[in-house]
Amino acid sequence: MVKVFIYPSNSLILSDLVDRFGHEPLAMMQEIGKNIRTAGLDSPPINITPEDPKRGLKYAAVEVPAGVRGRMSLLGPLLEEAEAGIIVKEPDISFGCMGCARTNELINFLVRAKKIPLLELNYPNTEEDAKTFVYRIREFLDGLSASGTGKGDE
Amino acid sequence: MSDDDIISKMVVLHSTYTLPSDLVIKIYESKADVTVKETCFGLVIEGKRSEVNRVARELRNLDPNRIFIKERGVPPGDKYLCRAGRGGGPKPGFHHHEVEFALLPYFSEALAEIDRGEIPKIKDVARPHITIDELKDIIEKEVKKSE
Repeated sequence: MVKVFIYPSNSLILSDLVDRFGHEPLAMMQEIGKNIRTAGLDSPPINITPEDPKRGLKYAAVEVPAGVRGRMSLLGPLLEEAEAGIIVKEPDISFGCMGCARTNELINFLVRAKKIPLLELNYPNTEEDAKTFVYRIREFLDGLSASGTGKGDE
Repeated sequence: MSDDDIISKMVVLHSTYTLPSDLVIKIYESKADVTVKETCFGLVIEGKRSEVNRVARELRNLDPNRIFIKERGVPPGDKYLCRAGRGGGPKPGFHHHEVEFALLPYFSEALAEIDRGEIPKIKDVARPHITIDELKDIIEKEVKKSE
């Protein structure tokens, strides 16, 4: 089983496909779940605490807006764990908690800089595209199983 | 990650054959130690990681190509996200699911096709951006032309 970083990191479809084909999706939801279930003095909503932008300094400079650093404090640990990645380019759903364009650019850069096996796809809009999308993800994930490790590109 | 960690998973159903109530009955039958909330899109399950993963696998086997599962950050019925406490309006994450929900029938069909062993025609992959070496070549050629 390989730990696969997915982008958009809260995608139902990507998370499901990675899990379905026998690997572990690394998604933002699990980090948010940890924050919410960790007892603390912070008043809810407890997704982001004042400590998070400080943790984000590991990934982005202090001049970078706190929003980017706060998001990086959630996504950064996932990137460190990642052994492979699936990136959907310019998804329609990159708004809401995925809505910071600079964070998204930084994430994409860091995934590529990590030199792990990477699959890049366009978001499907038609049935034909969706079939290709699922088929390519399955091929990629089967390839990871065959290689036995997520670090085959290195 | 420990197997005793508490996690939530959301089960999104896009089926005309299976109803959320069928899934709930399946969970009761499995006697798993989990909390279940039936929702308009399917279910939210909460419990120990090992239990929730086991239940999720059993649920997916009921209708494999029409049940989609992902981990969820907040527990079921979380009062800070509940619309009753927020004064109405969409919950965080609603718009995202709205976009993906429309695509689920396509994915169901794609998964069924893979099960049947059919291989879709894959269109040519778009050419990647120009590389630095290619750019250097072009510059050198253009410079030579202009000389």
